Amino acid sequence: MNLSTIPPETLRQHVRECRDLLLANLVMTAETAAPTFGEANRVRFLLDRFRESGLDNISSDEVNNAVGFLPGTTGEKTVAVVAHLDTVFDPKENHALSLGPDRVKGIGIGDNSLGAAVLVTLPMLLRHLKFQPSYNLLLLGVSRSLGRGNLGGIRFLLENSPLKIDEAICLEGCPLGRLNYTSVAMMRGEISIQMPDEYDFSRFGVYGAIYRLNDIINRILEIPRPSRPQTSIVFGSIEGGNTFHQLAREAKLRFEVRSESDEVAGGILHHIRGIIDEVRARSGVRIDLEEIAWRQHGGISFDHPLVQLSRDVMRGLDIPPQIGPSMSELAALIAAKIPAVTLGLTHVHNVNTLEETVEIEPMFDGIAQVLGVLAGLDSKGDLS
Amino acid sequence: MKIDAWLKSNTFHHSTFWDLKQLVDEKERQNLKISLCIPTLNEENTIGKEIVIFRSELMTRYPLIDEIAVIDSGSTDRTLEVAASFGADTYFSGDILPSQGFKRGKGENLWKAIHQLEGDIIVYVDADITNIHSRFVYGLVAPLLYQPETQYVKAFYDRPLAFSQGIRPSGGGRVTEILTRPLFSLFFPELTALMQPLSGEYAVRRKVLEEIAFPIGYGVEISHLIDVYTKWGLYAFAQTDLDKRVHRNQDTRDLGKMAFGILQSFLNRAQQLDMIDVKAEVSSILRQFQTREQMFEQKQFTIVEEERPPIITVDEYREKFHA
Repeated sequence: MNLSTIPPETLRQHVRECRDLLLANLVMTAETAAPTFGEANRVRFLLDRFRESGLDNISSDEVNNAVGFLPGTTGEKTVAVVAHLDTVFDPKENHALSLGPDRVKGIGIGDNSLGAAVLVTLPMLLRHLKFQPSYNLLLLGVSRSLGRGNLGGIRFLLENSPLKIDEAICLEGCPLGRLNYTSVAMMRGEISIQMPDEYDFSRFGVYGAIYRLNDIINRILEIPRPSRPQTSIVFGSIEGGNTFHQLAREAKLRFEVRSESDEVAGGILHHIRGIIDEVRARSGVRIDLEEIAWRQHGGISFDHPLVQLSRDVMRGLDIPPQIGPSMSELAALIAAKIPAVTLGLTHVHNVNTLEETVEIEPMFDGIAQVLGVLAGLDSKGDLS
Repeated sequence: MKIDAWLKSNTFHHSTFWDLKQLVDEKERQNLKISLCIPTLNEENTIGKEIVIFRSELMTRYPLIDEIAVIDSGSTDRTLEVAASFGADTYFSGDILPSQGFKRGKGENLWKAIHQLEGDIIVYVDADITNIHSRFVYGLVAPLLYQPETQYVKAFYDRPLAFSQGIRPSGGGRVTEILTRPLFSLFFPELTALMQPLSGEYAVRRKVLEEIAFPIGYGVEISHLIDVYTKWGLYAFAQTDLDKRVHRNQDTRDLGKMAFGILQSFLNRAQQLDMIDVKAEVSSILRQFQTREQMFEQKQFTIVEEERPPIITVDEYREKFHA
């Protein structure tokens, strides 16, 4: 079947007919805990589903990526569909979902259990539509994406897989309309301050770890940030101390530097290192900076055929595009010079909280959009 | 020991039956129909997930079950709306066999299901399971498909992932261990081999279901076991370990009500079988106590274990299934 000729409403209806399969896969994916570095059970589920769907070359690797391969009718190129498997939640949290007529509620459901569930449902959707692409389709459930994972799964694949990927689509649960084709330079770091047991307060003053951290924060805020290229520093989390009346012996700050320029981001990081060195020398406390994650600036252009195709499909389905940079798998693909986009699948509420909820009806648009892009890739040939 | 031999031959783990295609082939070879009944009362939070999982896994992907019916006792929440939105057949119990009237209780729903559903095998699964999985159905159906002499398959839940010693206690919930297993030990020792006699998940052949009475309340499971045992013997039973079942926990007072109903049904059965002779008039009021402003006061609950007769005795049923 030539999907690119199917009217959007018919395509949407085809997806709707697979609702039970999709929702069942969503339940089973989301109820299988997958903290970063602990995705093994979710990978096993994906591999079982890939196997039952009759994919070829089903495999996992040493960093727990799940890979399935659907050979194309001609196989002249390979398109990857990618979803990260990990969530921010501890396996001890209650992973049970609640399913209502219009919504599904459960931790990690939008980020990114839905993306993974759509990935495992894709072979069944293609079969339902009787659509077999001419290109090879590589389904990648990737591990170690979030936080300290630092895109470890996709980077491992790109560095070690013998298979050449020509284009890629990354699936993220939210929001519907998300269209990413660039990534910003980014560095995530954690500054830890520890007062030594034998700390000499008479020499350095009666100041605890929170005071020293506050000093560092004030100094970071003084670093010049250009408006062009757009650059920002985000303080994401802070912790320290235990009581009201005792000086904190430990404090921790997690931050992120973002910029449209690798050089500017690098310059700010250099500056932060200098601040830490100076405060350390001045205060006598132990201060460490751990650099947790890096992304490079890059991307394809707004008028790249893959972006153009995505926008055309979204327009056909009345999905207003929300364009912005991404720091997820797309960044690694872009760094590897693979044209790629990230697409969002539905509306999500309270993302990354215990109340995380996704809407069901918009999913049909979100998935129809993915199928539309896959169909367009078939008819447009090589987009690179 | 008969119990040891039975445990060996008739106790399974659901993983034994992982090959769903083989199960479907066997079902088709025997030309059987299988129905799933989910009795409900205010289960809007969990019912949708159960329907979606069972429809997707056991109807669309592997056509093991032929129908899913939700039979409701009169929910005041959106249970039926949610179930219907995911494609289940939904019924208010009072609308089935209206000539027989309506009694409120889970046992009533299970009994009415025998008339409403078409299956040669009926699987009952409670609606409050939060970790629902297709094993809750195929794990119970499989022994019936593979062992013709098995009539009634009961679920139990065991297998912790890690246990530090070689031996560990294995068994049921609080009411089972405090009431049911001691009663069975006294009067029906062989039935003690059922790990969780009160579990709400079981699969049964129609020819057995239509021959046994149904208490409408808490006593339905225990009376089933006694009736099937006395009529067909221990080897009519099998049991399957379905691993973990996550559901809402009941407080001790609710368990007290449950135990009261179970005890009534048990005494009825034991008396009918001439095993005991209860000479005194038995009260149907459960008394529990609470304090209000430092004064103790009674709370009385009337719990009467009414019973539906074997459905084979109902004319409309015979006309529908044995005409």
